[in-house]
Amino acid sequence: MSQALDEVKIGGLGSSRQRVEDARFIRGRGNYIDDLKLPGMLHMEILRSPLAHARIISIDTSAAWAIPGVRLVLTGEMAAQRNLAWMPTLSYDTQAVLATDKVRFQGQEVACVVADDPYIAKDACEAIVVEYEPLPVIVNPIQSLAPDAPLIRDDKEGQTDNVCYRWEVGDKQGTDRAFAQADHISRLKLHYPRSHPSPIECCGSVADYNAATGKLTVYMTTQAPHIIRAAVALVAELPEHMIRIVSPDLGGGFGNKVPVYPGYVCSILGSILTGKPVKWIEDNFGNLISTGFGRDMYLDSELALRKDGKILAVRFHADTDQGAFFSDAQPSKFKIGLVHSAFACYDIPVGHITARGAYTNKAPGGVAYRCSFRVTEAMFFQERMIQAAAADLGMDQAQFRRINLRRADDFPARTPFGFLVDSGQYHKCLQLGLDAIGYEDFKREQAQARSRGRRLGIGISTMTEPLGAGNSREYDILGIKMFDSAELRVHPTGKAILRTGAKTQGQGHETTWAQIVSHELGIPADDVIVEEGDTDTAPFGMGTYASRSTPVAGAAVSMVARKVRAKARKLAAHLLEVSEEDIEWELGRFYVRGAARRGVTIQECAMAAYTNMPDGMEPGLENNAYYDPPNLTWPFACYIATVEVDPETGVWDVLRVVAVDDCGVRINPMIVEGQIMGGLAEAYAMANMQFMTYDADGNMIGANYIDYLLPTAWETPGFELHEVVTPCPHHPIGAKGVGECAAVGGPAAFVNAVMNALEDTGVRNIDMPVLPDRVWQAIQTGRDVSGVPPVRQD
Amino acid sequence: MTDAADEHRITVTVNGEPHAVEVEPRLLLVHLLREGLRLTGTHIGCDTTNCGACTVLYDGTPVKSCTMLAVQADGHEITTVEGLGSLSELDPVQEGFTIEHGLQCGFCTPGMMLTAKALITNNPNPSEEDVRWGLSGNLCRCTGYQNIVKAVLWAAAKQHGHVAETNGQGTTVSGRT
Ligand code: FES
Ligand code: FES
Repeated sequence: MSQALDEVKIGGLGSSRQRVEDARFIRGRGNYIDDLKLPGMLHMEILRSPLAHARIISIDTSAAWAIPGVRLVLTGEMAAQRNLAWMPTLSYDTQAVLATDKVRFQGQEVACVVADDPYIAKDACEAIVVEYEPLPVIVNPIQSLAPDAPLIRDDKEGQTDNVCYRWEVGDKQGTDRAFAQADHISRLKLHYPRSHPSPIECCGSVADYNAATGKLTVYMTTQAPHIIRAAVALVAELPEHMIRIVSPDLGGGFGNKVPVYPGYVCSILGSILTGKPVKWIEDNFGNLISTGFGRDMYLDSELALRKDGKILAVRFHADTDQGAFFSDAQPSKFKIGLVHSAFACYDIPVGHITARGAYTNKAPGGVAYRCSFRVTEAMFFQERMIQAAAADLGMDQAQFRRINLRRADDFPARTPFGFLVDSGQYHKCLQLGLDAIGYEDFKREQAQARSRGRRLGIGISTMTEPLGAGNSREYDILGIKMFDSAELRVHPTGKAILRTGAKTQGQGHETTWAQIVSHELGIPADDVIVEEGDTDTAPFGMGTYASRSTPVAGAAVSMVARKVRAKARKLAAHLLEVSEEDIEWELGRFYVRGAARRGVTIQECAMAAYTNMPDGMEPGLENNAYYDPPNLTWPFACYIATVEVDPETGVWDVLRVVAVDDCGVRINPMIVEGQIMGGLAEAYAMANMQFMTYDADGNMIGANYIDYLLPTAWETPGFELHEVVTPCPHHPIGAKGVGECAAVGGPAAFVNAVMNALEDTGVRNIDMPVLPDRVWQAIQTGRDVSGVPPVRQD
Repeated sequence: MTDAADEHRITVTVNGEPHAVEVEPRLLLVHLLREGLRLTGTHIGCDTTNCGACTVLYDGTPVKSCTMLAVQADGHEITTVEGLGSLSELDPVQEGFTIEHGLQCGFCTPGMMLTAKALITNNPNPSEEDVRWGLSGNLCRCTGYQNIVKAVLWAAAKQHGHVAETNGQGTTVSGRT
């Protein structure tokens, strides 16, 4: 018998294989959007509104046109002539490409200039004179939803207020009944502040319209190239086969690069009008002030409790600040994304949720910032509520979770809001986390420290979240179902190329997809090249966000490899001169049942597919697969943080962070851990410093990295990682999503730790970010501290 | 374009190669490197001296090339990522980053590596704290920094000839506190 292949050695499942992508990145040979230079290429810059709400009286572009090297000055009026002043959003609203009637947020696109170089284009933007008539400004839903609030969306027929949607789910009567029987009701009001994904690379595009062939090629920073192609076909009314979208190397995305932005559309229009390729590279200010933000939700919740700690029911209301246009980039049928996945890990019989979206004079475009469509808000809220309820009952926070977490034999289980959670070992993960942090010891240490005037705190966050949209029944974008795809070609010598409809932004698809092929076929991962992002060559897919790539595209990779293996089996039977039923498979090799030495390798089958196929068999060894997942995947995580709060200054330091992640089977453990650590850093950032706010006039505070604080290596704590593996029951290789878990579940661990340190002060909540001045204020006053943006009082 | 009379003639040595170029006074060093010399490994993130994606070495010292004028580089030596190691032979910093999985999207990486290079040149035996402080002018949104710190410590060890066997398996780096 031949030596069986060692899967880890050939780079299959479970191998911490070094990344294929790194070879070019560490040498400075990546290919990001700004690296692209086409012959005759022109450069575009955008002029943005300085005001948050104002009528446009006039725009004078004559001085801009007069600058040598300026090729085009584009205004909303000119775009309107081509029916492009407005565009549809992914949430069935409309968004201005270039403002015509009025501006509705600070930083809104008003005009753009195409010129020979970016310096000239910037000069020309400054030469455009716009006259505005200021209008009253609205910066939060409380103002926006008040009666008599000024109407922001007067462009929309039939819109008489600032409500952009209302939505509800659950059983109101059943919930009310359960609340009536409760021993205790715990209540908490929170604001999850507005944040920005802020990849270090901003957005950009190079549009190249070829008037001779009629073909439009757009190189652009997109996480979802096929959706963009469909959207461009609809918006620009170009035939879809004459549009090619290429997404090059992306310098991070985190949801920010899912939506269609005015800059992309303007660069396309610029190229059509000038007949030259037009490059638009957004600056950091433009990225922060105008593109897809995350969160900005106001939550008010209650838990109905029995005195033994059992949760009887949950209800909450969520108001979301949508900004000036409802352009959430989310594919669920639910107006507020997956916020109703809150409390899915707890066994709660009944619940009811109501939600409203509000238009405000702030940037549009709620994106799933390292999360699945408002799951971050849901889980933060859930875990803050859990801790507050435990404290209200005077119960240990770990014990309160133990009472309510689902048990390993409870699955599958239906949540009160309709989700089917299918697997998990929640209690095991919690216990592992508690043991790792030394929970009981810490509590003793905490009590001793308290007696000496030091404030230590410990915060726990446990959660399961739904990752990997779709299934196609409940998830679509512009009507296109949320499946994903893969196409695999095995060449005669047994090397292969794989293409998928996903698009990596640092997650390492080029490395991990090859590992799945390796696992299914026994071809060494080094022999498989992976390509994504070019709509002319990649199969139709829905892109990468919301941790959906491994759950959906990764499953498609498995399925296509299995199809290829099925054909290879026929070739093996032919080569071995036995019937197919007598063929057995081991990694990388078929052999004759009962005669294991008689076998052929997958590489030999590949060669035969081109040189020696049986009569009547179609030559070649390739296939494709479209995968529609039966359910979302449900990873579970337990994050625990310990902190010390300095009561004199309000500064809090992180002592330790323990993370236990159960994301099912890990394809490349090194990459999975990298994803978790990246998420933990973002969680810490949100808890500690990172938010964007607005003053009462709608000026954004946070449109640069001086005001918008991102943690560096210095502030960021170290992380201790642990794992539990509960395979996903419906995924071909048992994997679940992971990229966002820590960013989703992490913030509550930090905030709970700070609140735990302040437990004796009577303070129940400090809104994120838990800034030192807020902590200090809470300690001084013994009152909760809200982070709601200020409202003008004149 | 501005008149040729406005242009300055400068000589800059980039990655060991001297270049004599005419530049506008307002041209940023990063644009000279990226557009003029087509060395696109130096990235632009924030444009405002905060992120460090544009970090290059200026006579061996890390500087943010988005906030320097090209004319200030006249007569000086610049090292970009393209000059760190060669195609076939990697610098220990480059090796460390890939072995310890110190990069994901790769956008911050050139700047991080050049800062790290200067750091371990000046301080061949850095502590974890030294590395975290030394890198605090460079932002990364992907990695959470822990593996970047490990990568730099790996590179420092490699410079001394003793290489740690870690390869993404351990989580020995504990953080600042
Ligand atoms: S681009 Fe120079 S510091 Fe960010
Ligand atoms: S690796 Fe993406 S920003 Fe650092």
